[in-house]
Amino acid sequence: MSMNRREFLKIAGISTVVGLGGTAAFTKIRESALEAAQIAPNTLALKAKQWAMVIDMGKFKSEETIKKVINACHRIHNVPDIGNPKDEIKWIWTETYGHAFPGQEHKYMSEDMMHKPFLLLCNHCTNPACVRVCPTKATFKRKDGIVMQDMHRCIGCRFCMAACPFGARSFNYRDPRGKDANGNPFIKEENKEYPTRMIGVVEKCTFCVERIEKGLKPACVEESNGALVFGDLDDPNSEVRKILGSTYTVRRKPELGTEPNVYYVIGGNGYAIVPELL
Amino acid sequence: MKIYDGGKIFIGLVIFVALFASPFYLNMGKAIAKPELKFDTPEIQRLEKETGKKQCVEPKEFMRGGHMQMLNNWRDEVVRMGNRDQIVIAGQKFDKSLQLACMKCHSNKKDFCDKCHNYMAVNPYCWTCHIQPKEKQS
Repeated sequence: MSMNRREFLKIAGISTVVGLGGTAAFTKIRESALEAAQIAPNTLALKAKQWAMVIDMGKFKSEETIKKVINACHRIHNVPDIGNPKDEIKWIWTETYGHAFPGQEHKYMSEDMMHKPFLLLCNHCTNPACVRVCPTKATFKRKDGIVMQDMHRCIGCRFCMAACPFGARSFNYRDPRGKDANGNPFIKEENKEYPTRMIGVVEKCTFCVERIEKGLKPACVEESNGALVFGDLDDPNSEVRKILGSTYTVRRKPELGTEPNVYYVIGGNGYAIVPELL
Repeated sequence: MKIYDGGKIFIGLVIFVALFASPFYLNMGKAIAKPELKFDTPEIQRLEKETGKKQCVEPKEFMRGGHMQMLNNWRDEVVRMGNRDQIVIAGQKFDKSLQLACMKCHSNKKDFCDKCHNYMAVNPYCWTCHIQPKEKQS
């Protein structure tokens, strides 16, 4: 059988259209067979381009508030209290000024400033060093700027801990569900709505991703009586941007170029802890 | 053809075959009962009373063979893509979550998850992190 060029192109064209249409119809049928359940879109989630936090140290009126903030986070996220600094797991913790802002301290600083506990947490950097080094992409940067850790993928290599200049990451050297020498569990009271971690993975603050997606602010912000402010860095009308635009703020180790997104108002008025030893 | 030590070799072979096949003929006719899953936790019974039927996010046949892929997809959607759309079952909304959805109905891990997993000799490590609910029976 012979066929001229025109006929050949006609047949080729028709069979292409039929072929494409055919597969589309097939996949459509398969999809509907699998998607038996109805989906209710999540409309509650708070949205941002880059979440950020301002910590106003002047607004912490007592050490109790800081403890309350830390406990609120560690309680809802099942963060174990191992009880020794080597195996310690921390999502949000305190450090002295000299340790939080190395190189900025000097020996003539006020005693208050020198000993005041500064609240530290993961900075959710714009250029996170931990994300660059993770060999399994267990840790990654979300579209809203949160540096997230996928525990399912973490192999516990601890590259991220070596990379993070802020000490924001902790490794589970012990089984977080275990017990100490006296038989007390490391997790005092399990929050049944949140998983624990397992031995051999790295964990850190997630900016309460599970709360943000339910329309709630992070737990620490809620507990802090206004000392912690959370918002979108990309939105010029956000509370965070208003503070950054009107008050002098500092970040931890900005010279390293990771662009941390937790800002500090150092303040110093109205709050003085007198260490017991002095 | 002459086989040196033929007698010994054949006796050895017979013993070897007998030992090797022993699991087969010792267990012949004794089929291990298929795992019977229980779908009668208080939560499922309540769902049945309210809606008139027992219903999961997908049909039983799909869930039986495909729940692991589905959980995997849920994990990717929720953790990696931040898509926390909910699934509606009989007017009730559920998160895409093992701990916060599946186990809210199937609060009988021993009679549900473990039965099949033990039968199939698979050992998923969901529960090293996800907290299993308090065991409930009907």
